[in-house]
Amino acid sequence: MNDPSTILESQDVAAPTSGTIIDIDDLSFSYDLGKTNTLRNISLDIPAGKVTAFIGPSGCGKSTLIRCLNRMNDLVDTAKVTSGKISIMGQDIHAPDVDAIELRKHVGMVFQKYNPFPKSIYENVAYGLRVQGIKKKSILDQAVEESLQKSALWSEVKDRLNTSALGLSGGQQQRLCIARTIAVKPQIVLMDEPCSALDPIATARIEELIAELQQDFTIVIVTHNMQQATRVSDRTAFFYLGELVEYDDTQAIFGNPSKKQTEDYVSGRFG
Amino acid sequence: MNPFVAKTKTRKRKDQASVVIFAVATYLLVACAVGIFFKIASAGAPILFASEDSFINWDFLTKNPETLVVFEIEEGEKIRMDQTDFTEWKKENPGVEVLNEKTHAYTGGGILGPLVGTAMLVVTCMVVALVVGVSASVYLNEYARKGLLMNAIRLAIMNLAGVPSVVFGLFGFALFCLSDWWPALTYTINEERTMGYFAIPLTDGYLSFQGWGSGSSLFAGGLTLAVMVLPVIIAACEESLKAVPKGFREASLALGASKWQCIRTAVLPYATPGILTASILGVTRVAGETAPIMFTAAVADKAKLPWEEAEGNGLFWLSDVMMQSVQALPYHIYTFARLPNTEETAATQNGTVFVFLMLVSVFAGLSIFLRIFFRNKLKW
Repeated sequence: MNDPSTILESQDVAAPTSGTIIDIDDLSFSYDLGKTNTLRNISLDIPAGKVTAFIGPSGCGKSTLIRCLNRMNDLVDTAKVTSGKISIMGQDIHAPDVDAIELRKHVGMVFQKYNPFPKSIYENVAYGLRVQGIKKKSILDQAVEESLQKSALWSEVKDRLNTSALGLSGGQQQRLCIARTIAVKPQIVLMDEPCSALDPIATARIEELIAELQQDFTIVIVTHNMQQATRVSDRTAFFYLGELVEYDDTQAIFGNPSKKQTEDYVSGRFG
Repeated sequence: MNPFVAKTKTRKRKDQASVVIFAVATYLLVACAVGIFFKIASAGAPILFASEDSFINWDFLTKNPETLVVFEIEEGEKIRMDQTDFTEWKKENPGVEVLNEKTHAYTGGGILGPLVGTAMLVVTCMVVALVVGVSASVYLNEYARKGLLMNAIRLAIMNLAGVPSVVFGLFGFALFCLSDWWPALTYTINEERTMGYFAIPLTDGYLSFQGWGSGSSLFAGGLTLAVMVLPVIIAACEESLKAVPKGFREASLALGASKWQCIRTAVLPYATPGILTASILGVTRVAGETAPIMFTAAVADKAKLPWEEAEGNGLFWLSDVMMQSVQALPYHIYTFARLPNTEETAATQNGTVFVFLMLVSVFAGLSIFLRIFFRNKLKW
């Protein structure tokens, strides 16, 4: 993992199964070319093979941070990392020879609002492989089935793979988005409030799914819902006004926080 | 005592008066539109539709415009004949005395030439305008960084939409017809090279790039119309691109698609309905313009269709077709309008205007149909 040019190139990079997979070091980030910093001096290590939750009130920067991890913020013209760096599997992701497209194949993302393409279920899952130039039907078929099975959707949709994805329920659509993401076989799956548009039953199914996916992927999840953080995550980071207040094991954050702000937030006194 | 009774009468009266003003304005407009349509339809429909046989007067649609000859053999019995038929008829009946012979320019025959010319101009224009317009709007909307420069460019494009069409016509005339540095592919068979910039000898002639010269041509007209309609196309395309949810772009990029893959597979397909609708509305506008083509492409009188006059083979033939001048419906109507209006000419004039109106209506209807069709098919 020392030669930077090869690290993010091969899809078959062996992800570390233990230790740190994402290393955020003194990161400051701005949406307006450095006039004001949305994130200030964030340092945290995200462990491999675990679920890490980002919590905090609206506008605290948790979504901004998660979008830094797969360089989704590149889409904003005036976005800029003003200090610090992010290393994923040992590689600085802002290094000049890192291609954001390659990075995103390794760091997948599931969005807040489920956003399947208005195509068939099959085509949605195959999309990530198709843009990589994979055309062989047998490979696609296999990847689609595998991903749908992993995302616990296969039994529900196997008879209608060629119907529109928009005919599915909200929860199913979000699981389809997860299937679409894992079909590319990333090492890390980022989830930006994946359940905020879903009802409690659909939410429960996604949470079960997260527990299962944890075996194969490192998961980073942003959530508004503190109970959800306690249910799904191993580690929790609490953000407030663009700063990392506290980062610890989930049990410690909710059971025995060391900072007053964290305690106030998790006990519902503000936010 | 009723607590809800109006305290003052004036407020209520003002309220009622305002409704009347708005309603009158609206119905006045509707009345104008309906009036125009009925005037044209009632005068023009009898020319296009026949009461017997195929119910459509195909001669009107499939014959080129000709001079109409009206004459009498016996006192009071008028005979109408196209110029060519009349010449032959005279040959066959040399002894018959022709009385009161009158000719009416462009009134005989049909309107095939103008119809074909307009169709070819529209196709040329839309091909160019769509390629350039979609590319430009994709660049403006997806690639370009937001900032002063982009705002200035957008403003410039919007201003372009406000330029009078006759200015576009003169611009096109100067750029595409008068200047000789726009090369056109020409093929001369078995002749010495004349004035081409490069001449490549081929088996039976020369391929050369020559200036377009000052003649009007399909290509010049199509390009002029394209320049004119571009602002409309770009604005509409940008709207359609903006209407594609941001989620599609994000999802696509997050799955490892490149920017171009994202645009090609997750943006453009969902913007197509809007682009199509806009382009068809663009067609209706382009089809109706007279000023841009009167200097650059249109001629009043032309015996043959563009492809009948073109020479050469394959690509050279196509190039030569594009170099032909054409007749066009709006210009034909303009030509008519300057002729003395008589009973004979009026019929053809009305018929032409009616066909033109139908054509534009069909295009507008098609755009509405497409919009509904795609809206039902592509929903998110």
